Amino acid sequence: MLKRARRLWAWLLAPAVLMTSYQAMAEEVERWKFNMVEGVTPVSREIYGLHMQMFWWCVAISVVVFGIMLYSMIMHRKSRGVKAANFHESTALEIVWTAIPLAILIAMAFPATKSLINLYDASEAEIDVVITGYQWRWRYDYLDEDLSFFSNMSTPRDQIEGFEPFGPHYLLEVDEPLVIPVDTKVRFLITAADVIHSWWVPAFGVKKDAIPGFINESWAIVEEPGIYRGQCAELCGRDHAFMPIVVEALPKEEYQAWLQEKRAEQEAVRQLTEQTFEFEELYDRGRQVHTQWCAACHRPDGTGVSGIFPALIGGMAVGPVEDHLNIVVNGSRGTAMQAFGDQLSEVDIAAVVTYQRNAWGNNMGDSVQPIDVFNFKQND
Amino acid sequence: MAHGPAKGLSRWLFTTNHKDIGSMYLWFSFAMFIIGGIFALVIRAELFEPGMQIVDPNFFNQMTTLHGLIMVFGAIMPAFVGLANWMLPMMIGAPDMALPRMNNWSFWILPFAFFMLLSTLFMPGGAPNFGWTFYAPLSTTYAPESVTFFIFAVHIMGASSIMGAINIVATILNMRAPGMTLMKMPLFVWTWLITAYLLIAVMPVLAGLVTMMLMDIHFGTSFFDAAGGGDPVLFQHIFWFFGHPEVYIMILPAFGIISAIIPTFARKPLFGYSSMVYASASIAFLSFIVWAHHMFTVGMPIAGELFFMYATMLIAVPTGVKVFNWVATMFRGAMTFETPMLFSIAFVILFTIGGLSGLMLAIAPADFQYHDTYFVVAHFHYVLVPGALFSIIAAVYYWLPKWTGRMYNEILGKTHFWVAFVGLNVTFFPMHFAGLAGMPRRIPDYHMMFADWNMISSVGAFIFGASQILFLYIVLDTIFRGKKATDRVWENSEGLEWTVASPAPYHTFSTPPEIK
Ligand code: HEC
Ligand SMILES: [Cu+2]
Repeated sequence: MLKRARRLWAWLLAPAVLMTSYQAMAEEVERWKFNMVEGVTPVSREIYGLHMQMFWWCVAISVVVFGIMLYSMIMHRKSRGVKAANFHESTALEIVWTAIPLAILIAMAFPATKSLINLYDASEAEIDVVITGYQWRWRYDYLDEDLSFFSNMSTPRDQIEGFEPFGPHYLLEVDEPLVIPVDTKVRFLITAADVIHSWWVPAFGVKKDAIPGFINESWAIVEEPGIYRGQCAELCGRDHAFMPIVVEALPKEEYQAWLQEKRAEQEAVRQLTEQTFEFEELYDRGRQVHTQWCAACHRPDGTGVSGIFPALIGGMAVGPVEDHLNIVVNGSRGTAMQAFGDQLSEVDIAAVVTYQRNAWGNNMGDSVQPIDVFNFKQND
Repeated sequence: MAHGPAKGLSRWLFTTNHKDIGSMYLWFSFAMFIIGGIFALVIRAELFEPGMQIVDPNFFNQMTTLHGLIMVFGAIMPAFVGLANWMLPMMIGAPDMALPRMNNWSFWILPFAFFMLLSTLFMPGGAPNFGWTFYAPLSTTYAPESVTFFIFAVHIMGASSIMGAINIVATILNMRAPGMTLMKMPLFVWTWLITAYLLIAVMPVLAGLVTMMLMDIHFGTSFFDAAGGGDPVLFQHIFWFFGHPEVYIMILPAFGIISAIIPTFARKPLFGYSSMVYASASIAFLSFIVWAHHMFTVGMPIAGELFFMYATMLIAVPTGVKVFNWVATMFRGAMTFETPMLFSIAFVILFTIGGLSGLMLAIAPADFQYHDTYFVVAHFHYVLVPGALFSIIAAVYYWLPKWTGRMYNEILGKTHFWVAFVGLNVTFFPMHFAGLAGMPRRIPDYHMMFADWNMISSVGAFIFGASQILFLYIVLDTIFRGKKATDRVWENSEGLEWTVASPAPYHTFSTPPEIK
């Protein structure tokens, strides 16, 4: 903090800085992001062009209007002994200054219309990804690949609360990024499971609201491999600031390899369902699941947030296992407690339930196996 | 039969006098302005640097929500109604408002509405935390329980605004002194007449909206719940059908104020009076057909996007006419720069900046990048703070001598202006950059790349806040210690309000004045 305060001071002395070191200055400019990114898709470049064009029009208009104002503020002051003129009407002038802005607006409207039409054309996409916003994570389904996963923010709580220094991608990092190939038209089908979110990756020029009950369309052709970061843009509740978006654009072959690997991984998880686990294994896995999926509301220590998110000490966590499983698998309709049945694997549900029943002094001593969860879902 | 005010508390509780009611509105809005300002400072304190230091994210959301609601409905709108109460009858040569008892009522229900809204802070689950735009289903299915009190409070505010607006229309249309034709009315009267119609048109829409929410929350309907066949986008259409005219409700009276002040201190009549009237009317008309420019990213069909983009761009034309007229009024005048004039000039410049960023936002493809970022926050604060708020402050300095019979301290007034002017720009200008660099709005924590802009904004916010304490001091100092003001107050002031004594007697124009 002190360091930034000092930097701030340095900036107040900017002119001196400017003269002493051009190099340092260039670095500063790099650090002080102040304009829209040009991005890596044809659409984002087009938007950037429009933005700059609009910006220069605005500068031009300001120079004229403020110039005249400034001139009369300097020249036409009573203290200079001027006498006020008395003109107060001119139809000709009124027509001129209605017509000129109108002409400028029409000039602006043409390129804007053209890019909008282009932007709305999501046809002929080669890959379809369904993007679903949840409180507070994203889910990606590859439509033709039988592949789907969640993407959670991976910044540790200790960084947010100031116990650890910030990592380089503070709040803009996830456990599982969306992976897409470059030079391919990818169509995003965007929706939400609870409240409205908005999927935004500035480098793609894509921002579309994720609305429950609707499926919105957008698309991108990424031209450079790389990692691109964005955030949820529509207020969606407590952790709105903590549901980033990370997209990794890979060369086409690497993308295919990634697909293979990912599918194999999901198969392995499915097989785990048939295994029986030791209590310790479940408990440890459960703590991780809890921290990652449940702690945002129920807090890491299970105490909840008074009045909105119930504590998990006592209550259902010490009642019948079926009730506990039921609320985790099916959620509680009309509240923030979602149905985790589709979001978590059987192993993870078994683990988190086991954990919650035994942590924080709940000490129930029982454990739930993945197969129990599987059977519960079947009979449900 | 002229008689003075009643004694003690009952004077204020039962008063039907437009001046008393105007004063109460103004003091009330100042109190709300301070409370809303404190909420803003909580926000800026948390955003001073990255990381969560001061508040919980959920409380942060409550602060952004209440800051917006209090400033819009508690500070700006009642302040304009207060000015209308004080000035409209005096400007048109009427003895009082047309419906004085309703006038009392429309003021006195307001404190209850805001008491209720603020009390939600202490309820289990906390205050509303879904933003001042309260999009469903975050504000229905997923809302804290206090949302019901929020709904009731909005109903009361709406009733107050509608009654106030009806009163203003009735006064202007029926109570003008003989000879005061429509096209002779001061612009402040004109813009308020138009504003009042806007209020009557859209406040019921807001009331309908919150009632639908109430039904969804308590009576099992699904207007906005997709799972029950409802439509969350419908919510936004209704909200902005109210919300966009609402924006002009907060700026049209400001246009009227600035059109009164600039001619006085430029010592030159307002340029293009009739085009100002027509421009105001066209802005009001256009305000009804641009609402969905707040919703470019909801996935409207392309025809909708194009229509709302073109309509929005059109608003620049009448708004430009206004700015050009003010500049032409200043041109070849003989200007002096007393405090009201300083605030008015700042209004013209900074409001224009806000208008230009609005024009950028109107371009739908570009809006995909701007939407819901700090660029938008910068834009609407530039039109609301140096726009609506500065016009109110300018009006207070301009008419305070008429209200109190005493002159404010010019040096202090100018100090207030410069501190506020610097604080405001230091606060809001960097937000343009933070937004373009990619910072979403309504987040309590952010990546380090936005850190510098945020720190500057936070410093500016505290400077701006401090300047308003000085404002309070100046007003109190004027009331208790100010030098006697003349009846005309300013060298070149024109209009009926300057023909009565300073301070304006409790009853003015009991017999209508003569209009040349
Ligand atoms: C978005 C916030 C949120 C998240 C995340 C969340 N919960 Fe909940 N949870 C709630 C709310 C709200 C309730 C109360 C529901 C009700 O009133 O019916 C609740 C209730 C519960 C209950 C019942 C508590 C009782 O004693 O009544 C259990 C058990 C539970 N959640 C487990 C979990 C588990 C396990 C996870 C993670 C996989 C989780 N929750 C994640 C919000 C959340
Ligand atoms: Cu979100």
